[in-house]
Amino acid sequence: MLSLGSVGAKSTKPSFVSYVTPEVSFHAALYLRCEVEFCSANPILKYTQDDLSQRGVFGTLFCTNFRITFISDEKSQEETTKTFKNKLYGENDIPLMFVDHIYGVYDEKRKLITGALVKNKYPSKIIIHCKDLRVFQFCLTYTKEEDAKKIFQGIAHHCLEEKSLKCVFAFSYTGTPSPGTDISPCREMQRKRETILFDSPEDWTQEMKRTKANCRLVTENENFELSQRLPKYFVIPSALGDLFSYQGKGFPIWCWSHYSGCALFKASLPPVTQEDGDFQKHFDIMINAVAHNYLYSAKTEDLSESLPTIQDIQQSYNKFKQFFLIENSTDFWLSDMKWFSSLESSGWLDIIRQCLQKAVEVVECLEKDNTNVLITEEEGTDLCCVISSLVQIMLDPYYRTLMGFQSLVQKEWVAGCHAFLDRCNHLHQKDKECYSPVFLLFLECVWQLVQQHSPAFQFSETYLTVLSDSVHMPVFSTFLFNSAHHRESVLKAESPLAQSSPLSCPTVWDWSVQFDSKAQNYFFNPLYSEKVKHEKAVRKPHKLKHQRQLSLPSTAFKTPFKKGFFKDETDSLKKMLRVKRLSRWMGSPDSTAAISREFYESWQQRPLDYHGLLLPCLDGPAVRVWMQRYLRWIPEVHILGGGSVAVMTKLMELLSQVQDLKRVLEQRDSSQAAKPDHRPYIQHRLLSFGSSGRLPSSFPFAYSRNRSFKPIIPTGLMQCLMLTDSLASQEDEASSFVSLV
Amino acid sequence: MEESDSVESLCSSTTTRSDRSSGTRVSDTELRSKGRAIEKVYKDPSKGELPLLPEEHVQDSAKDVTYICPFIGPVRGSLSVTNYRLFFRCTDREPVFGLDLPLGVLSRVEKIGAATSRGDVSYGLACKDMRNLRFVHKEPEDSLKKSVFEVLMKFAFPVSNNMSLFAFEYKQVFPENGWKVYDPLAEYKRQGLPNESWRISKVNDHYELCDSYPAALVVPVTITDEELRRVSSFRAKGRIPVLSWIHPESQAAVVRASQPMVGQNGRRCKEDEKLLQAIMDANAQSHKMFIFDARPSVNAAANKMKGGGYESEDAYQNAELVFLDIHNIHVMRESLRKLKEVVYPNIEDSHWLSNLESTHWLEHIKLILAGALRIADKVESGKTSVVVHCSDGWDRTPQLTSLALIMLDSHYRTIRGFQILLEKEWLSFGHRFQQRVGHGDKNHTDADRSPIFLQFIDCVWQMTRQFPAAFEFNEYFLITILDHLYSCLFGTFLCNSEQQRLKEEVPKHTVSLWSFVNSQLEEFVNPLYVGYPSHVLFPTVGIRHLQLWVTYYIRWNPRMRPQEPVHQRYKELLAKRAELQKRVEELQREAANRTASSSSERAGSPTRSITPVQTFV
Repeated sequence: MLSLGSVGAKSTKPSFVSYVTPEVSFHAALYLRCEVEFCSANPILKYTQDDLSQRGVFGTLFCTNFRITFISDEKSQEETTKTFKNKLYGENDIPLMFVDHIYGVYDEKRKLITGALVKNKYPSKIIIHCKDLRVFQFCLTYTKEEDAKKIFQGIAHHCLEEKSLKCVFAFSYTGTPSPGTDISPCREMQRKRETILFDSPEDWTQEMKRTKANCRLVTENENFELSQRLPKYFVIPSALGDLFSYQGKGFPIWCWSHYSGCALFKASLPPVTQEDGDFQKHFDIMINAVAHNYLYSAKTEDLSESLPTIQDIQQSYNKFKQFFLIENSTDFWLSDMKWFSSLESSGWLDIIRQCLQKAVEVVECLEKDNTNVLITEEEGTDLCCVISSLVQIMLDPYYRTLMGFQSLVQKEWVAGCHAFLDRCNHLHQKDKECYSPVFLLFLECVWQLVQQHSPAFQFSETYLTVLSDSVHMPVFSTFLFNSAHHRESVLKAESPLAQSSPLSCPTVWDWSVQFDSKAQNYFFNPLYSEKVKHEKAVRKPHKLKHQRQLSLPSTAFKTPFKKGFFKDETDSLKKMLRVKRLSRWMGSPDSTAAISREFYESWQQRPLDYHGLLLPCLDGPAVRVWMQRYLRWIPEVHILGGGSVAVMTKLMELLSQVQDLKRVLEQRDSSQAAKPDHRPYIQHRLLSFGSSGRLPSSFPFAYSRNRSFKPIIPTGLMQCLMLTDSLASQEDEASSFVSLV
Repeated sequence: MEESDSVESLCSSTTTRSDRSSGTRVSDTELRSKGRAIEKVYKDPSKGELPLLPEEHVQDSAKDVTYICPFIGPVRGSLSVTNYRLFFRCTDREPVFGLDLPLGVLSRVEKIGAATSRGDVSYGLACKDMRNLRFVHKEPEDSLKKSVFEVLMKFAFPVSNNMSLFAFEYKQVFPENGWKVYDPLAEYKRQGLPNESWRISKVNDHYELCDSYPAALVVPVTITDEELRRVSSFRAKGRIPVLSWIHPESQAAVVRASQPMVGQNGRRCKEDEKLLQAIMDANAQSHKMFIFDARPSVNAAANKMKGGGYESEDAYQNAELVFLDIHNIHVMRESLRKLKEVVYPNIEDSHWLSNLESTHWLEHIKLILAGALRIADKVESGKTSVVVHCSDGWDRTPQLTSLALIMLDSHYRTIRGFQILLEKEWLSFGHRFQQRVGHGDKNHTDADRSPIFLQFIDCVWQMTRQFPAAFEFNEYFLITILDHLYSCLFGTFLCNSEQQRLKEEVPKHTVSLWSFVNSQLEEFVNPLYVGYPSHVLFPTVGIRHLQLWVTYYIRWNPRMRPQEPVHQRYKELLAKRAELQKRVEELQREAANRTASSSSERAGSPTRSITPVQTFV
């Protein structure tokens, strides 16, 4: 976009229309491995989003099996100036899976393009709304009719039509030789602290050891004989009996153990059918098993009862994102007027609040009451994942490190069988029932925590934003499948040689595929207050435990252990059992709020420990819009020389100075065989921002529209505040009557 | 009490009030962190062991008073009233809970309802700083004895009771004299004035031309004092167009005035026309000028009925008139009242955003910022001079000019520069602080009260949010200014004009807020300050980037309070930065030494010392 300012000043009509075959101009080096061009058209006018004057840049529009890309006729100098560049796609690239909606403008009327419209005439202008909230506008009227038609139909076909998983670019991309061999420098540097993928029994054993869990690892599902919806390996309460006898029903799956011994479990719970008795019996078995884990107490919470459904989440997000898909300045200033009530009407922030609230309730059960908690929902892989991951982030500082967070996503979401393919609707299926941005909702909740307690997190807001974009990158296997079974069977089937090892796709955690190490620096939060001892950072702070228990006296019912208690039959066990339904036990929603309010307040009164329990403030003004993600492409809100980036770059500069010097000294010290530094090697070297005051607030995403430095004067202020109030027409100064005296 | 002690207690009391909001909760840890000052404070209020300021005296105290806290419920304790503040300390609750507020923040003290059978009476205290307090206590059995609240009412509204404000009694000596911060001639000199086009006129030396203007006025050299006198009869309240600021390069000027007295008949004044032409001519870069009328055009037109109005384009050729649609003081007062309803005491979470929108507070902020942005843009990008006025030129006009000046001139973004800006644009040019705030006046329904200055500080805060490294001062500085706007401890915000302040000898008899502030600057420094000297700041005025100033408006709500007070966090950051910088220097020195003496035995120590590179802030 950098060149746009100068280009924009040119005439809006093409003085020269090039009919050179586009293939020639499309430089081969721009293709990713195995990227195949479908069609192209030239000249296409790409509108710049800046203003009303509908200026733009001429160039060629291509559609490939990976992306839609626009290559400007002008030579752009942008590439040299960017420090935060995605290697896989640039500013003018739209990976096909990023496309959310396409609109066509026919005779000044904007229509949503669906399959039916494609066959008719092509529009004069196409508007593409992306899932990362970019908006592209291309004018087709300058190119030859057949080219225009071809490119329009091509784009519409490849972006909107339902397709099979095989067509996803990842399979062509990995199908080529030597994908797995490129051991990137990034992986090299992260060797010590790699993301745990939770795809082997060892990972789970290690995790149980880390949290001192007393549960049983299940390996019986290695070949998905128990269930195709369950992970390959998982952990269950040790009290649960033979799994094969419960086939088809949910199991309480272990998520995490609190240092006190109580643990969080999740389970899928099919809606209650006619055979209520059977259901109740199974439910009791599950509860007993969970309660057996620690102190014979358990609480359950049916998330589908107390939280919005995945359809609610989808609808709310659909409304919400519209406020950020701004096509021109007029729209922007119009929507600015009713901004707050619009936000509220979408309900998105309220859903975020509800999820965080529920997570706090669960945290309270674990931390304050020391009871086991079982959260359930129909599938057990949507809101269960949201709540269980949030609970773990609030309670366990390990998950607030970058590697810890990635491991958590692997554990709860990827290995935990969240149906990414369906929920993200990667294949543009018409059946919209299963589409829902559940994972994004989770990232939103995490962002709220990061925003409120920045020093507690090793990763930055930028990291979360990039992760939310990467969900739609059709190159990684991480977010491409519905379950572990799905992943394994597809990768096996797609393997180029039938008998050989299954296809291997890169995981999203290999950030070097997308960013060079310099850009990866932006993933780290310079405000992070690291534990002084590196070894201990992974574990929970032992010394604090005792204090924390004292400061929040457990109100839990604690039975003294009777000898031989375990031999007693379930009768006596049931007597002892303190099974409560979280929501019902808490009574009306009002009192729930009041109780967790108290919990928050008592936490708030203690000195803040960034490596201890972390709770979010959920009052109205505290839950905010994720500005970076949603406003980064809207030039009207970019603050040149301002925003949090000004603070971040300043801190990073300072830290880099210190680290540079430290490194220099270390190198000189060859005699000193110091213990190796376990911290990921962060090279805090940025461009020397002589002009750091002039970075736009959208940095590192969108760059300034042009280098000219002009304020954005709002339009339509006249309509802004029409007060019919009598006060408005009242005399300006009450004192004017004094002059009459 | 020793002097050093009292300085300390003053600091701690203000810190407590503005940041810790003693209005709600003082936890154990807080008391501990506060250190000696507070321990000493709450020994026994009834015995007068309060952290009294010089000349502060306990007037009355009462035990068995119940404070109905909207957040934690009723709290029993004892209440003391001095000639400066109200103290409440709970006696039956752990952690210790205290309340310490200057009487100046009270806008209303009312008995609520009749005494109950148990002889309890309830009092409501409405405050100017976004909170309401409620107390219940027994009516004294001895009917001759005054209730503590009657004493409170007397000292809360000294002006209404023919007493002087506490500022006139308070005699603290600070190392610096804040009354010397602003010297108009020095400030104009900094701007390069007088020069070949502008002179400093003494026509208002005795406030005869305009009693609400300062003595020193900058006007075009081509206009004589006699002509200025004629202009003054044409401008409302005699507030003639005078220069506020001049661009160092383009010579484009920001000029402020009040409305022209055009009236229904379209009166003209050739001296006024000449003056505006002279202002335009003083800037060779442009043959045009802009007149920004802060009002909505409807209101500006309505003013013609009362003899006022706006410049017609016939009379003022080459001048373009722009209306900025900012509403009057009554609308702003109402908006703040609604805001208080929405944020205090409880916030309705699910309707928070629409409730906030219904107050229109942020929309007003947006309009003011947008107006200032347009002014700054015309001066900076358009290189044109501008004239800014509203009706009388003392409310919306200083809001706009001072915000535009902050955008244009980095000097005003420093702590001292900001003080100069307030002294100049607000105090010397006669923003009617006494009327707008109503110091010591019990007439809380006075229609002249309006949160105009608060609104300006809010706009500045919005800019500090958008440009976190461009301002030398921090949020705590702004909150401190607002707290002492109401406290009546310092003389700075007393009276309506420069003339009144001189007449009352305010600088002689009171202490300036800047004396206090400048004697402990480190509290108010923004550690992130870079101070781009030549940068013009153009903020984004979209409502998406405006936020409610939670740490000011909702600071009494314990749930909304950051666990570490904001300025504490800033200070830590500042200390961290100093530490890091020291380390960098140390390492550099060490590195230099090392190159000198190639191999040394004392290796390792630097690595150890700088392990926690990731900072704690």
